[in-house]
Amino acid sequence: MANSDLLLEMKDITKIFPGVVALDRANLEVKRGEVHALVGENGAGKSTMIKILTGAYIRDAGTVIFDNEEVNFETPLLAQAKGISTIYQEINLVPLRSVAENIMMEHEPTRYGLINRRKLNAEARRLLTQIGIEIDVTKPLMDYNIAIQQMTAIARAISFKSKMVVMDEPTSSLDDQEVETLFESIRRLRADDVSVIFITHRLDELFEICDRITIMRDGKIIETTDMGSISKLELVSKMLGKDLGEIQKGGATSFSAPASRQIGENLLEANNLESSPDLVDVSLNVHAGEIVGLAGLLGAGRTETARVIFGADPIQTGEMRLKGERVRFDSPRDAIDAGIGYCAEDRKADGIVPLLSVRDNLTLALLPMLTRSGIIKREQQKEIVEKFIAMLGIKTSSADQLIRELSGGNQQKVLLARWLCMNPELLILDEPTRGIDIGAKGEIQKIISNLADEGVGVLMLTSEIEELTEGSNRVVVMRDRRTVEEFDLEEISQDGIMTAMAHGEAAEQLQEVAQ
Amino acid sequence: MTTSEQTAVKVERSNFGERFQKVRTYGMVIVLLLLVGFNIFRIYRVVSTNETIVENGNVTEAFVQALNSALNVNLTQVATIVIVAVGMTFVIATGGIDLSVGAIMAIAGQLAPLIFMGPIAERFGMAFANVLAIVVPIIIAGIFGLFNGLMVTKLKFQPIIATLIVFIGGRGIAQVLTNGYLQFFKNPDFQYIALGRPLGIPTQVYIMFIVVLVAWYVMRSTSFGQYVLAVGGNEKAARLAGVPVDKVKTAVYVISGALAGIAGLIVVAINSASDANLNGMLIELDAIAATAVGGTPLSGGQASILGTFLGALLIQMVKFTLLSIGVPYEFALVVNAGIILIAVYVQTKRTA
Repeated sequence: MANSDLLLEMKDITKIFPGVVALDRANLEVKRGEVHALVGENGAGKSTMIKILTGAYIRDAGTVIFDNEEVNFETPLLAQAKGISTIYQEINLVPLRSVAENIMMEHEPTRYGLINRRKLNAEARRLLTQIGIEIDVTKPLMDYNIAIQQMTAIARAISFKSKMVVMDEPTSSLDDQEVETLFESIRRLRADDVSVIFITHRLDELFEICDRITIMRDGKIIETTDMGSISKLELVSKMLGKDLGEIQKGGATSFSAPASRQIGENLLEANNLESSPDLVDVSLNVHAGEIVGLAGLLGAGRTETARVIFGADPIQTGEMRLKGERVRFDSPRDAIDAGIGYCAEDRKADGIVPLLSVRDNLTLALLPMLTRSGIIKREQQKEIVEKFIAMLGIKTSSADQLIRELSGGNQQKVLLARWLCMNPELLILDEPTRGIDIGAKGEIQKIISNLADEGVGVLMLTSEIEELTEGSNRVVVMRDRRTVEEFDLEEISQDGIMTAMAHGEAAEQLQEVAQ
Repeated sequence: MTTSEQTAVKVERSNFGERFQKVRTYGMVIVLLLLVGFNIFRIYRVVSTNETIVENGNVTEAFVQALNSALNVNLTQVATIVIVAVGMTFVIATGGIDLSVGAIMAIAGQLAPLIFMGPIAERFGMAFANVLAIVVPIIIAGIFGLFNGLMVTKLKFQPIIATLIVFIGGRGIAQVLTNGYLQFFKNPDFQYIALGRPLGIPTQVYIMFIVVLVAWYVMRSTSFGQYVLAVGGNEKAARLAGVPVDKVKTAVYVISGALAGIAGLIVVAINSASDANLNGMLIELDAIAATAVGGTPLSGGQASILGTFLGALLIQMVKFTLLSIGVPYEFALVVNAGIILIAVYVQTKRTA
């Protein structure tokens, strides 16, 4: 065979969902015994690619060659039988059964038709030792931490004589030491000539454990290369689709000029917030009338920061001040009452209540101020709803229309209106323009600018680098669950932000690349 | 293209579901009216062909009397189910379920005679004891609901498990209250809640209507009603919009418990006896069926109080009609199952 060093070859894979091309002639080649990274931002197509490989999705076009044989898995079980195991972030094992039973499930050693428990345990122990773990395999799986549970899943993969193990964000809930244990077992897998496809959002991990890398963006393969021949900065710029040293043209967004804004008093001050394991050390502040951009790659901790400030998740250490006074929010309601609004990133999961009308969604947070002894003041509600439908240009047949029937952009406007009608002092917007069409995008950017002009402090979380550079008065960059760098208005540049997103002391490297 | 074909099919299906949904509300009313009409006709035939009545010449009088009694029988039988089903609708609208309503009915039913037959009546007089015998059991029933709610919100138990605990334990408590003995009594003042006939209509029917109307108003016009739907429709989003999710969830179980308490009192008042073994037995299933038939999806986020009322009436009328034309009870059960099946089928069509 010509390409016998290749274990997996996915060629021209295309997958179309209604209205979206999830994969556009994507190619992925994985060699025998290598750890291959698959990276890309949200919606790049990584998961779709993996799901097609393992038979969870059926491809629309393209071929998959695994171990010199064209394959067409219809279910993940068939893929497993051929030697492809998948380990998801959420462990799909049985927590109440013992470690050994989990490893040997469906191929337990039997004697006279009964499970041979001694052999079962011995075999499980042997498999775990192989990846460097020595634990009591007779205890229930749930007695162990997530790292051990993942090792169990890996041992299970080995027990199936898997030739390939796919790991989808295995480290997202592990602490540093657990990650090290996981990497040790990955190295042992590699030594045994098993290939690993490794998906993560933590850049440092890629460089530590991976041999080669495939970068995806918008359903396409951008590049496949050796890990050693790419810098973190190049990697980030390729994931985001922004060339290094590209001259900033401006005008890609509809924000008003940040310099024209009147900056007021210090509204929010967050000092050294910690919320383990999601956030390690976060400090930032927002003034009245300014837009602060919060930048960072997926997994850097942006959404977690927003949630912690809004009282949706608890803070372990650190302090928050609102207009200088120390505050503590135990629930979103506390934050709302203090004049803060939060538009969540995932509109469908955290934003809309799909079976309620535009009206009811719009006034959901305002209700306590719209009622007298618990009864909704309909006249006043109608006035407010009509005002905001007109003001934001929400396209809906009537206020009674169910919100789920609206387009994404109009849903987003309703959610913005949910907070605007509260007259907030501080608004946290998490990816306010994601997943909506260009026209609506511009409108929303204008609305955000107007808010700042009216004196509202805006903390804007966005993955679109133009929104950061053109819309923000300041940009705070997060990396690996920490705020790492802050850019004032005159310092804001795409390269600088990307460098900070990739790694800290990279000013030199940027110059290197620019040369 | 396969994908476009698939979407086309999906769109067609959801239209089908929505069409069906509209048809269902009107359909329920039409079927109800047909059943009522059929029964009026049937009663008239029975009366007008009865020789004794015809000989006495009082056909009209006898017909009115027969109609009145048929109406009262149906409303009386359906009242407790409707009252419990209204509470169930609140719970189901938040995405929960309440299996404990029957057991809570039994507890409330045991408590009332204990109060008006006990030392309180002797010391403070019967009138006071009767008021306590109504108020205290309803409060205790609400406390059991509170216990359900706290298990669901604080201990994060699945609603079906949390309320199953009270389902099992509650009936035990009800039996322990009287050492398992039945309590027989004759207390016209207390029993007025079931046996009274203001304007010729049983008191419990008034109670039923009041419960339905208040619940309908609460769902429609109060922030609490909105919160119930928001919690059931998208709990995470509701929390981020400042909805006090835990309080709302707890409250619906308290409401369901208290309404079950009222129903439990009505049952013992009708029977002149309290039976911890039978009071409210299996009523949770009738209540869930009425809610489902009435168009409230078991996944939460939507609620139709009037639908639940119509659903309970429909199930009752079908049962009554079948039994009165001589269809065996067992067969009537099968027909009821069929109604629920159709109703839930329509529901899944719509949400799919």
